Amino acid sequence: MTAIVTVRIQEADFDIAREIAALTKGRDDIGAVVSFSGVCRGSEGGETIAALTLEHYPGMAEAEIMRHAETAMSRWPLTGLTVIHRVGRIVPGENIVLVLTTSQHRQAAFQAAEFLMDYLKANAPFWKREEKPTGTSWVDARHHDDAAAARWTKS
Amino acid sequence: MKVKYFAWVRERVGKAEETIEPPASVRTVDDLIAWLAKQGESYAHAFETPRVIRAAIDHAHVKPDTMIAGAREIAFFPPMTGG
Repeated sequence: MTAIVTVRIQEADFDIAREIAALTKGRDDIGAVVSFSGVCRGSEGGETIAALTLEHYPGMAEAEIMRHAETAMSRWPLTGLTVIHRVGRIVPGENIVLVLTTSQHRQAAFQAAEFLMDYLKANAPFWKREEKPTGTSWVDARHHDDAAAARWTKS
Repeated sequence: MKVKYFAWVRERVGKAEETIEPPASVRTVDDLIAWLAKQGESYAHAFETPRVIRAAIDHAHVKPDTMIAGAREIAFFPPMTGG
């Protein structure tokens, strides 16, 4: 059966169960489903966060995620993957991002999901702005996200 | 060529996109950042620390020494914080 690859950028929330069903329905060749959700926290470094606003680069964001999705498909024996990244204003407790990977065995699904998240963090053109009691500010990039993405680059 | 700005680069420049015509001496991404930084106070502020600015040409990440000839769209933005 052919692999299903879905990449979406949207303001609306997503339904994880529905997205998993879209990858698994009618197939009996899947033995593992890995789901990662990134969720908006209500505090950061002891400071309250009222909301995050996510900006993206339309066109490039889709292309960049699709490029990494294709890399994941070629690197691991996946039967499908889904990446959904939300944009706009997101309040604590709400979903930000979803990565789903399916495969016959768990190792490929776990590794591909982690690879996709590490690459999304460091290379996908999205930017978060935090609303705090003291005002709004752009979130600084973290060096450990770059390091996490770099460990997938093998010579 | 069309130039786009995102996040705090966009806020500091004061616009999301524009069409520019840099002189022929502006050959690389780095050259363009240096040239943009001289286009007024808001640009000087946006590009005051060139090493933190990331760039993309036609929707693909590029390094500072990449030649800009033939580019349709160049984007400048801070390090990404998605996911």
